[in-house]
Formats: sequence, structure tokens, C-alpha cells
Amino acid sequence: MKIIKFMVLLGLLCIACSSLADNKELYVFHNPLNQARFTTLTDKLRCLVCQNQNLAESNAPLAADLRSQIAKMINAGEPNNAIINYLVSRYGEYILYDPPFIKSTWILWLAPFVLLVLGLSILFVVIVIDNRKVNNLAENSPGISPAISKAEQEQIKNVLAQMEELR
Amino acid sequence: MRYFHYLKISLPLIIFLFLGYFLWRGLDIDPTVVPSALLNQKTPEFNLLSLENPHIRLSNKIFLGHVSLLNVWATWCATCADEYPVLMQIHSENSIALYGLDYKDNRQTALNWISKFGNPYQAIGFDKTGNTAINWGVYGTPETFVIDKNSIIRYKVIGPITMNIWQKKLLPLINNLERN
Repeated sequence: MKIIKFMVLLGLLCIACSSLADNKELYVFHNPLNQARFTTLTDKLRCLVCQNQNLAESNAPLAADLRSQIAKMINAGEPNNAIINYLVSRYGEYILYDPPFIKSTWILWLAPFVLLVLGLSILFVVIVIDNRKVNNLAENSPGISPAISKAEQEQIKNVLAQMEELR
Repeated sequence: MRYFHYLKISLPLIIFLFLGYFLWRGLDIDPTVVPSALLNQKTPEFNLLSLENPHIRLSNKIFLGHVSLLNVWATWCATCADEYPVLMQIHSENSIALYGLDYKDNRQTALNWISKFGNPYQAIGFDKTGNTAINWGVYGTPETFVIDKNSIIRYKVIGPITMNIWQKKLLPLINNLERN
């Protein structure tokens, strides 16, 4: 039994480590700040071939080329802004994961809030109307009495008072 | 308040029709298409050796003075193989200046290709590293740029050119650009 447990644990460890078995080229920067910049940039930029992955993860050849280009620009001393501009001017805003807040993306940004407000308003209106309906029913329909009439309420009060006295 | 009642009943139908319309439209839209960031801008740097004759250097000058097409292709790209006959047909039926950008290819393989399947291109730039293609915002082959007489990029076809695209989109655009 112990052997089995050990094997299972070993197997899980191997699976966990497989994420480190990356086949990507290794960029080593002499400056740890540059290393951090490279990681940040490649994490923040979209791969245009495998469009749900960032440049750090993607195995596409274009992603490898762009990683190489970014590393080159970092080593040449270019600031982050310049690197991002370089890519956006060639590939457009889509290479950034963050959609800009411009006229064509207003709907994308504002729709959730608008729908939330709309939903809450509808909910509010429905509750108010339902309330009114219940009140109307109780007050304006002489043929239909409320669940417990005034006379019956009095009777219940009396019975409860009597029970209290008997205690 | 009878109409309120009818409105509540028909609301699911209205929502369905509304959603259905947009989903129907969505069937024709390819969400992976990235529109070119270079539209209406001057052509980026194009400084490549010719595929066929490495002693000849091609530059942006090849785009000046006439309407041009730049087709990005490679022998390893299956879709480019599908597009090739269309390019050959366009080349045989028109006098448009069609240039090629051979993207990250093997020179000998590419030369074998054009000797076997024909050469629709006026000139082919050999981009071994793919760096020139990055300057043009290329992210997947085949891609084709329509460039006007003043070397301004006017249109980009993402994916293979079909006869349909040629007749409906490209030919009218090219005729328009040639007139002005």
C-alpha cells in the first residue's frame, strides 16, 4: 500500500514538473530588471496566431520571432513604450490584451454596466407592480376578503390572551 | 394595461429574434482576422534580395508609379498552394504588378516550386528571417497587400485570394486606384 502511495505521489510530481519542460528558447539577460521586463512584456502581449495565448506561452513561429525581437530591443536599451509602439504600429491594438477605450469599443466596455442597470430597473419595476397588485387585491375587492379578516384577528387575540392567563 | 401583457408574452420571441440575427451574422465573421494596422500608410521597409537572382536587391522603389500587389507566401504553407493557381490565372489575364514575398522559406525549395508550378510574380523578395514580414504586420500566410501608385497600402487580403475576392473586391479597387 505504501508503495502505491509513493508511486502515485511520484507520478503527480512528474506531471507537475512537466510544465517546466518548456521547449522554448531561453533568453538570458545580464540585467535582472531586463529579465523581468521581458517576462512582463511577453505575458502582456497576445500571440496573433494562437490568439488565446500570450507571446510567452505560444509555440507559434511568429511568437518565437516576436520574442526574439523583444529581447533584441530590450538589450538595445529600448524602453517598454517603444517596444509596445513598435508592435502596435505593425499589428494594431489587438496585440494588446487590454482593448482601448475608444469609440469602437464603447459597447464592449459599457455593456455589462448598462445591462446591470437595466436588469435592476426591470426587477424594481416588477416588484413594485406586484406589490401594487397585492395591495389592490386586498383593498379593492369587497367580494374577496384578505386572508384573515379584522373580526377573526380580534378573535385570535382574545384566545391568545386567555391562554396567557391560564398559564 | 392589456398591451403590457402582450409585451411580456412576446419578450422572449423578441429577444430570440434579436440574438438570432446577430448569431446569423456572426456565422460569416472570422474572429481571428486581425485588420491591418498599416492601412493608408506608406509601405514599410522592403529591402530584400531577389529569390531568383541573389545579386539583385529589391527595394520600396518597385511600388512607385503603378498599382502593385504584394503576396506573402511560402512553400511550406498549404493554403498558399491552394491560392497559387488563382495567382497564376490573375497573372495570365491581367497586367498588374504582382510581387512576392517568400516568407521564411528555403531558397532551393522555393526555386523548385516556381520552376514546377510557374511564376506569377514580377519579382520575389526572399525574406529568410521573416523580419521584413514583421515590418508589414504579417501574422499568417498567405496575405496580400494592395499598394497604390504612391506606395500607400490601401487594402489587405488575409487568407488566400479566391476568384470571388478578386472579382468582387480587388479588381474594382485596382481599377479605381489606377484611374486616380
